[in-house]
Amino acid sequence: MGLQGTYLGGMGLTVDDLDQENMAYFGHCARHQFHLQACDSCQRLRYPPTTACPWCMTLESHWVPVEGKGAVHSYGEVHHAIQPAFKGRTPYMILLVDLDTQKGEPTPDEALRVAGNLCLPDGTLAPPEMVAKVGIGTRMRMVFADVADGLSLPQWTIDEDAPQPVPWRYPE
Amino acid sequence: MAGSEIDAGTPRHLADKYAIVGVGETPYLRGAGSGRTTRAMGTDAVRSAILDAGMKASDIDGMLSYSNNDSTPAPFIAGDLGIRLNFYMDVYGGGSSTEALVGIAIGVIEAGMCKAVVIFRSMNGYSQVRIGGTGARSAVPVNGDALHSRAYGWQAAGQMFAPSFMRHMHDYGTRPEQVAMVKVIHSEHASNNPKALYRKRVTVDEVLNSRFIVKPLHLLDCCVETDNANAIIVTTADRARDLRHHPVLIRSVVGRCCKPRADMHYQHGPISRVAGYYAKDILWPNAGVGPEDIDITGSYDAFTFTTMLQLEEYGFCKKGEGPEYVSDGTIRLGGKRPNNTSGGHLCEGYTHGIAMVIENVRQLRHDADDSCPIGPDGKRQHTYDYREGGCRQVKDAELTANLGWAMPGTGSAMVMRRG
Repeated sequence: MGLQGTYLGGMGLTVDDLDQENMAYFGHCARHQFHLQACDSCQRLRYPPTTACPWCMTLESHWVPVEGKGAVHSYGEVHHAIQPAFKGRTPYMILLVDLDTQKGEPTPDEALRVAGNLCLPDGTLAPPEMVAKVGIGTRMRMVFADVADGLSLPQWTIDEDAPQPVPWRYPE
Repeated sequence: MAGSEIDAGTPRHLADKYAIVGVGETPYLRGAGSGRTTRAMGTDAVRSAILDAGMKASDIDGMLSYSNNDSTPAPFIAGDLGIRLNFYMDVYGGGSSTEALVGIAIGVIEAGMCKAVVIFRSMNGYSQVRIGGTGARSAVPVNGDALHSRAYGWQAAGQMFAPSFMRHMHDYGTRPEQVAMVKVIHSEHASNNPKALYRKRVTVDEVLNSRFIVKPLHLLDCCVETDNANAIIVTTADRARDLRHHPVLIRSVVGRCCKPRADMHYQHGPISRVAGYYAKDILWPNAGVGPEDIDITGSYDAFTFTTMLQLEEYGFCKKGEGPEYVSDGTIRLGGKRPNNTSGGHLCEGYTHGIAMVIENVRQLRHDADDSCPIGPDGKRQHTYDYREGGCRQVKDAELTANLGWAMPGTGSAMVMRRG
């Protein structure tokens, strides 16, 4: 059966049954839980899902809950959409968020950099006035966009409870 | 320019043992497009390269091509031209493929599998499969691993690379007007290239006032989509000496060298670092020269930023000094080390990198195809006057470096020298 749904009114999303890693990942997302694989050997977390551990080649892993909080590491702000589902939704923001968990490990420039769009707390794409506020350093928390029964995407919204630095933005 | 101290007596990893002996291309077209198939264009370009080399179809027995499943496989091109192949391979991939395939060509000739390899890329990148990612490709369902990127509207090349570019601005204080100079200078070069699609010189203001595609990229920070085919021929330096042109020798190649986590390079940092950081340690030792010896660079300009990031990583300036390097006149014709003297992908046309190799082959022949008058020997009498519509030959060019780009995490490179 796998997973399937239509996102943003026109983009087909599918995960095949035999794609065990992504089935497990999105299975947690559907319950609005963020889980990542932890290596059975070195215990390091990795993102996105992989078959083996990128650090020690171990095949065995287990899924652990991970706090969906972090800061924007970098971003792109799309003004000319390519995919039909994103036409009429510009500007939208592509974010890479450094999770607080495992940041700077195992080397200082590494992090679990989790992709997503800037969204409202309900998981819908953020309006232009919110896009204009976010930049490198903005504190974010994870939310979920429900696509279909059993299929949700992790997304990001501004963490209103966290102290916010002045973010770095593209110089206008 | 002054010849550098090249230790050609002790070739390392086949340096100077192989050459590029023929180049060919079709016109760079938009608007109505090419109006013909990738087979027709590919055949045209390969034939032109064979004739340019002064070879016959029977002299070619190897063929390599690369594409994103948007081209015609080698057997059809070979069949068209009466070439009997002892070796061929059609490889998946776009930018960074040219230099990698040159390395493969050297390897298969060295292994005795064939004697001369033609490499081609044929694409209707404007009229059929849009290289910018619009059209049919943008609407296909998103499956599996791609849910971690495409589902977020993170699909086209500019969208995929934007976080690297933005982080470079953050880390090093890079200014938009500095990066825009890459387009400005490449447009100057294109104005001296009669076959370039965009020959009009543009200003920094025109770049910065063009609409945003994906911040930090304006429309004029992005390359053009065109229909075209290009071909180059690789064979031994010994064979090259009997052929039509002054030999252009291959000193060193790097093919699709990657950062860690090639599946998603952003996991490893710093993300303003690109693959050249690793590739340079293969390129320069094998070439026996360093960046200071290079007369002309061909740093891939899918975007203004890609040119700058690679020039930094390969050591043409210090990391973080790229914005100054690309905007202080160094990379301009007449400057210390011009980049993409054809106008590159920003202006000449988009070929996934192979045209930038062709340009440097012509530069090393001292036979850039500009508007200078052709002399009795059939070669242009270069004036070295780089004003608009004039010369684009670099005086006494001896060494070039091509820096190919697939994405921030993957790149290729090649050093060539005048034989």
